Amino acid sequence: MALRIDRDHGRFKQIVRGKIKQNLKKYVQQGEMLGKKGKDFISIPVPFIDVPHFKHGSRQGGVGQGEGNPGDQIGQGPQQPGDGSGKAGEGEGQHVLEVDVSLDELAAILGEELQLPNIEHRGSEKIVTTRIKYTGINTVGPQSLRHFKRTFKEALKRQIATGTYNPDKPIIIPIKQDIRFRTFKLENLPETNAVIIYMMDVSGSMGDEQKEIVRIESFWLDTWLKSQYKGLETRFIIHDAVAREVDRETFFHTRESGGTMISSAYKLCRDIIKADYPASSWNIYPFHFSDGDNWSADDTRQCIELLKTDILTDVNQFAYGQVESPYGSGQFIKDLREHLGDSEKVSLSEIADKDAIYSSIKDFLGKGR
Amino acid sequence: MPKSLTPRLQDLKVEIEGYARAFGLDFFDQVFEVLSTEELNMVAAYGGFPTRYPHWRWGMEYEQLAKSSEYGLSKIYELVINNNPSYAYLLEANAEVDQKLVMAHVYGHNDFFKNNFTFKFTNRKMMDEMANHATRVRRWIDKIGVEKVEDFIDVALSLENLIDQYAPHIKRNPDPKIEKTQQNTRAEGIRVDRDYMRPYMNPKEFVEAQQKKVETEKQLQKKFPERPQRDVLAFLLEHAPLEDWEHEILSIVREEAYYFAPQGQTKIMNEGWASYWHSTIMTTRALKDHEIIDYADHHSGTMATQQGKLNPYKLGIELFRDIEDRWNKGRFGKEWEECDDLRARRSWDKKLGAGREKIFEVRKHYNDITFIDAFLTPEFAIEQKLFVFNFNDKKNTWEIATREFKKVKNKLLQSLTNFGQPVIDVVDANHDNKGELVLSHKHDGQDLDPNYARETLKNLQALWKRPVAIMTRGEGKGLMLRHDGTQFTEKKVEL
Repeated sequence: MALRIDRDHGRFKQIVRGKIKQNLKKYVQQGEMLGKKGKDFISIPVPFIDVPHFKHGSRQGGVGQGEGNPGDQIGQGPQQPGDGSGKAGEGEGQHVLEVDVSLDELAAILGEELQLPNIEHRGSEKIVTTRIKYTGINTVGPQSLRHFKRTFKEALKRQIATGTYNPDKPIIIPIKQDIRFRTFKLENLPETNAVIIYMMDVSGSMGDEQKEIVRIESFWLDTWLKSQYKGLETRFIIHDAVAREVDRETFFHTRESGGTMISSAYKLCRDIIKADYPASSWNIYPFHFSDGDNWSADDTRQCIELLKTDILTDVNQFAYGQVESPYGSGQFIKDLREHLGDSEKVSLSEIADKDAIYSSIKDFLGKGR
Repeated sequence: MPKSLTPRLQDLKVEIEGYARAFGLDFFDQVFEVLSTEELNMVAAYGGFPTRYPHWRWGMEYEQLAKSSEYGLSKIYELVINNNPSYAYLLEANAEVDQKLVMAHVYGHNDFFKNNFTFKFTNRKMMDEMANHATRVRRWIDKIGVEKVEDFIDVALSLENLIDQYAPHIKRNPDPKIEKTQQNTRAEGIRVDRDYMRPYMNPKEFVEAQQKKVETEKQLQKKFPERPQRDVLAFLLEHAPLEDWEHEILSIVREEAYYFAPQGQTKIMNEGWASYWHSTIMTTRALKDHEIIDYADHHSGTMATQQGKLNPYKLGIELFRDIEDRWNKGRFGKEWEECDDLRARRSWDKKLGAGREKIFEVRKHYNDITFIDAFLTPEFAIEQKLFVFNFNDKKNTWEIATREFKKVKNKLLQSLTNFGQPVIDVVDANHDNKGELVLSHKHDGQDLDPNYARETLKNLQALWKRPVAIMTRGEGKGLMLRHDGTQFTEKKVEL
C-alpha cells in the first residue's frame, strides 16, 4: 500500500545516492559501517544526513548508569545531547530490543541485500563427522529420557478413543503403553573446509584510505564466507617487491614503501596452498587487493602464468580488487581482464571509493562459487 | 489506514481509563487509533502527526525506523500526541497485554501534557495546525518549485534550535511603548514633597547611580538589538530580508520548534510519569495472572539501561518512586537534612503518607532541570549507580570518570540545560555599522563543534544576506567565526 511517507522516503534515498541535491550529499554519513563490537557483533549501517546545527563538540562526556569503577572503559559512546531532537514526537514508546545482530544474521542480511547466492561447496563428501541428535521417539527406553508431552498426548488420545475422557474434569492418567521416550539418531555432518588467502599490496602508493577500503571489504567477505563454512581459516600476505606472510593486525596496519612485484605474492600464495591446503578437500578463496601499479610488464606476465598454471587449478575462485589510489589506478586489472577475463574462476572488481564497496562485494561473491 | 478500536480494545480502553481516573489522573479526551507497523513507523517519522509538510528528513527517520523494525532491532509500541483531544496510536500486531500497558502509559502522558506547566502555552490544536502548515508549504511548492522550497527548509532546520525555550513563560524585553513614555534623560531620584528631606531621601551617591543607569539605558538604545536576544529565529523573522514565502516557512519551522520544546524540557519527567502509571495501573489493577510474564518482560525491556546512555524511562520512574517514598516516610525537611545518625536515617519513617500527593504536585510544577536539581539525592545516585563518563584521549575510549555525587548532578544538569544545546544570542545586528549580524555563544566549558558551526554560519548567512559571525571560545581563547557569503574566516578576539 502506498503511504504518504513514500515520497519523502524516495527523496531521501535519492539524496543519499547523490542523484539530487548535491549540496546535501556531503552531509550523508554512512554510520559505522563495521564497528565490530565485542566478539562477533556489529551495527547495521543506516545512512543519515546531519543537518548542521550549532552544537557542542563531540566527546563531551555525560552521565551514565551501571556497574564499574572510575577508569573502567564503557561500551559504545554516548548519544550526543540533542541527537534525539529530530524525533521530538513525545512518548514514542520505543525501546531497543536488541542492539546487536550476530554475525550469522548479519551475513543473512548481507546476502539478502546483495542477493548473494549460496556458495556451492566442494570436497564435502570427503570429510564427514557424526553427531548424536535426540530427535526420535520410541516406545521403549530409559526412564531418564521420558518424553512427558508425548506421553500425555498418547494418553489423551487413548482416553478420547475409549471414551473415558471428560472435558469438564480433564484428568489424564498415562498407563504403561502410553509412555514415550526420546531416542537418538546418528547424523552425518559433512564438514567443509575453507580458507581465504588475503593478499594486499602495501607499496608506497597504497594510502590509509585504500587500506581502509580493503579492511572494510575483507570484513564483509569474511562475514559472508564464515556464514557459509564452519571453521573458516584465513591467511594474510602482504607484498611490495617481496611478499611475506603476516598476521591479521600487521596486514591492516603495515605501510611499506617500495616497488610492486605482484608475482612475489602469487608465488607465496601458491606455496601456501601447496603446503597446507590440498585442493581436493579445501575450498580456497584467494583475494588480492592492489592499486594495480605493477613494476613491469614482465612481472605481470609472470603473474598471469602463475595464475593459469598453478593457482586457478586449485582454487574455487580467484578475486582481484583494484583500489583507486591518489596516483590513479594501474594497468594490472586490464591485463588480467585481457588474459583471464573469460575464466569463470576469476572475479575482477574496481573499487573507486568506500561507496563502491557494496557493488564490489557483489562482484566477488555474486557467482556463488 | 487507521482503524478505530475493535470492540475488545474499546472495552479495554474503558477499563483502563476508569483505573486512571480513579487514581486521580486528569487528562484530555483520549482517542486511540490502530495502525500497522509501516503506518506507525510513518507517523513516528512525522513526529507523531499523520500530516506534515513534505520534506526528505521524514523519509530519513522512516528509513531508520523501518530498518530497525525490519531487522528486529527495536520496535515502537505507541505514540502519543499533545493535543486536545489527545491522539495515541496502537500497533495492530501487539498482544493484548501490550495494548493494556500502552494504554495505561498513554493516560500518564496525557495527564502530564494537560497539567505540567511547561505545556501550558502549547497549541492544543496542533493536529490541525500541522495539517495547515503542510497545506501552506505545498502551496508554495506548487508556486515556486520543490527545489527552492526544500532548500530553504534545509536552511531553516539548520537554525531551528536557536529559540528561547522559556520565551512562552516570561517577558524578556520591556514593552517598547511603555518604555518610551518613561524615558528620562536626567535622573531625579525619589519624589520628595518636603525639600529638607531631599538629601536624606536622595543622597548624592544614589542620584549618581540613577544617572548612570539612565545613561547606560540610553546607550543600549543605540545598540540593535538593545539587549541580547535569545530567540534568534524571531529576530530573523523580524529583521532578515526575507521573501514572503521564506518568512512563512521560517515561521512554521519556529512554531513547530516551540511546540516540541516542552517535550524536550520534560523528557525524563514525562516518560517517568507515564511509566510510573503504567506500572501502577498494571500491577495493582489491570493485569491478569497469565499476563504477568509478558508484562514483566516488556516493562523490563523499557527500563533497560546501557552504560553510555541514560534511559529517561528508568531515571524518571525511579525518581518519582523515590520522591513518593520519601514523602510517605517524611524523609525531607530540616530535621532530615541535619540528621547525621545513619541508623536513624535508615529507619526514618514518620508515616506521613504524603507521597502520592507530592508526586502529583511535582508533575505539575517542575521540568527536568528543576526535577533533577530538587530531588536527585546522593542516596539515589548511589542506588541508581549513576556516574560521569568522559572520553580518554590517550586510550581513545570512553570511560567512567567519577561517581562523586556533585559531579554527577552537575553533569546531568548541564546536559539538560537548553536541551544540551549551546546557548546562543543575537548581540549585534549592525556590527561595525555594516549591517553584519553577530551572535554570541555563552560558553559553559563546552566548545562548539567547529565544522558544524562553519556550515551553520553559511546557512545563516544565506538568510541574512550580509556577513554573519559568532563569538565563542575555542580551547580557552576567544574566537570569532565569520562567514561573508563567499568565505569563512576565523580570528582570535578578546572576550
